[in-house]
Amino acid sequence: MCGIVGLYLKDPDLRPELGALFGPMLSEMSDRGPDSAGFAIYRDGVEGGAKLTLYDTPDGEDWNALATAMSKDLGADVAIEPLSTHAIARATVSPQALRGWVEKNRPDIRIMSSGTTLEIYKEIGLPSTVMDRFEVSSMSGSHMIGHTRMATESAVTTEGAHPFNTGEDLCLVHNGSLSNHNDLRRMLRDQKGLVFQTENDTEVAAAYFSWRLSEGASLAEALEAGIADLDGFYTFTVGTRDGFAVLRDPIACKPAVMAETDQWVAMASEFRSLARLPGVETATVWEPKPAVVYHWGHA
Amino acid sequence: MAKEIDLTDGDIRALNTVLQRRDGNNHTDFVVDNPMGRHAVAAGLTDDVAVTIKGHVGYYCAGMNQNASVTVEGNAGVGCAENMMSGTVRVTGDCSQSAGATGHGGLLVVEGNASSRCGISMKGIDIVVKGSVGHNSAFMAQAGNLVICGDADDGLGDSIYEAVIYVKGEAKGLGADCIEKDMTDDHRAKLKDLLDRAGVTEDPAAFRRYGSARKLYNFKIDNVGAY
Repeated sequence: MCGIVGLYLKDPDLRPELGALFGPMLSEMSDRGPDSAGFAIYRDGVEGGAKLTLYDTPDGEDWNALATAMSKDLGADVAIEPLSTHAIARATVSPQALRGWVEKNRPDIRIMSSGTTLEIYKEIGLPSTVMDRFEVSSMSGSHMIGHTRMATESAVTTEGAHPFNTGEDLCLVHNGSLSNHNDLRRMLRDQKGLVFQTENDTEVAAAYFSWRLSEGASLAEALEAGIADLDGFYTFTVGTRDGFAVLRDPIACKPAVMAETDQWVAMASEFRSLARLPGVETATVWEPKPAVVYHWGHA
Repeated sequence: MAKEIDLTDGDIRALNTVLQRRDGNNHTDFVVDNPMGRHAVAAGLTDDVAVTIKGHVGYYCAGMNQNASVTVEGNAGVGCAENMMSGTVRVTGDCSQSAGATGHGGLLVVEGNASSRCGISMKGIDIVVKGSVGHNSAFMAQAGNLVICGDADDGLGDSIYEAVIYVKGEAKGLGADCIEKDMTDDHRAKLKDLLDRAGVTEDPAAFRRYGSARKLYNFKIDNVGAY
C-alpha cells in the first residue's frame, strides 16, 4: 500500500495554515502506510540563491561549523538552521554550487533536497510522530506533498522514505511498485551517470524523471515518457516550485482522488484525507483518469 | 421520523450495528451525516430500511446489501455496492473503481460517472450509470445488466459471459469476446424497465446492446499455442 497527499493553496490568506491543514490529511493515511512518513514543503523561496535540506550525521553535525566552512570556500553568505534530524542550508550561490560543495567535501551528509524553495523531511515511524517531530502544524507555505509508507520493494529506512528529490525544487511521492526498476537503475547509473543511494524503486523513478528533465523535457513531457518506460503500478504526485502534478498508471491500479475549490487544490489516495479541508462540501471532486498528466500551478 | 447519526468522529462498527438493527431498534429510516469519506458505511444491511448518507463515502459503501435502500448524496469510493444481493443503492455523484463488483442482485444507480471496472464479475445485479464508465467495465460479467447512458472506455465487456450491456454513447473499445448484438423490441422493453426503475429519462431506442460472442466458453485445440 502507501498513502499520498498533496495540497496547493490558491488563496494566499490560507498560507499561514498550510501545515495545520496538511497534517490531518497525512495522518488520515496512517493505515495505508505506518512504517515511515515524509513530506515536502514549498516556502520562503531564496531568490537567486540556494536552499538545501540536509540530514544529520550519526555523531551529530556541528551545523554552525559547517556553515562557516561553506561560507569560506564559496565566498558567500551561508546560514544553516537545524530542525530535528534535518537542517536547512541557505546560501547566496546557485543550488548547483551549494550541492556540489557538499558532495565534494562532505559526502557523508545526505542531501534530502536541493533548489530554492523546496524542503524535504522524512523519517521512519508513524506519520503523526514524524510530523510532530518537525512541527508541521505550525508550518506556513504555498504547498505540500506527503507520503505514508508501507514498504514492499525495499527496507524501512529514512533513505527509503518518500518524497524523493528529482531535479531542482522537484520531488516525487509514489503509491505502487515498479517491476523494471533494476533494469532502469542499471541504465541510468551505467549509461547516464546518475547516482543512487538505495535499492528503492521510487528512487529509480525520481532519477528517471531527473534524467528526462536534464535532457530538456518539460515536466509533462517527462511524465508522459514515463508512461512508456516505467513498468508497474503507480500513482505519482510530483511537487514543483509552483504547484504539483499527478499521474496514474494506464490501468489505474492505485487509487487517487482530487478536489478543487476557489481556495485550494488537493489530491489524496482516498477522499477521507480531504474530508476536513475547509469548503470541501462544495468542492469539485473527481478521480483522475489513467495515463493522463494533471498539473496545477501558476506557471 | 428518521433516526439521524453523525459520523464526524463516530465508529463505523457502531454505526453499522444500528443500521443493521442488531441493537434491537425498529427504525426504518436512517440519515447518516458527515460520512467523512469513511469506509464500509452501511455495509452488510439485511433489512428493508432506507438509509440516506449525506456526503462522500470511502470504500465498499453498502457492500453486500440485502433489501435495504441506500442513497449516497455525494461520491462513493472503490467497490460501492460490491457483492450486493438485493435492494437499491443510489449514488448522486460519481463512483470510483469496481462499482457493483460481483453483485448478485438488486439495482445500483450512479447518477454521475463510474470509473474503471464498473460491474466487474457481476452475477445478476442491474447497474444504471447516467454518465460514463472507465476502462474494463463489465469484465468477466456473468449475469445482469449494465446500462451506460454516456460513453465506455476501452476494454468494455472483456471476457464477458451472459451479462447484457447497453450503451447510449460511444464504446471506445470492446474487450475480448465482447460484440455488438441486435437490439430487439424485447431488449428495448427490458431497457425501458431498467431506466424507469432507475428514474432515468432516456430513449431506449438510442442505445446499442453488447454481449458475449461465446467464443471463449470452450477450450479449442486450435488455440493451444496461445497458452
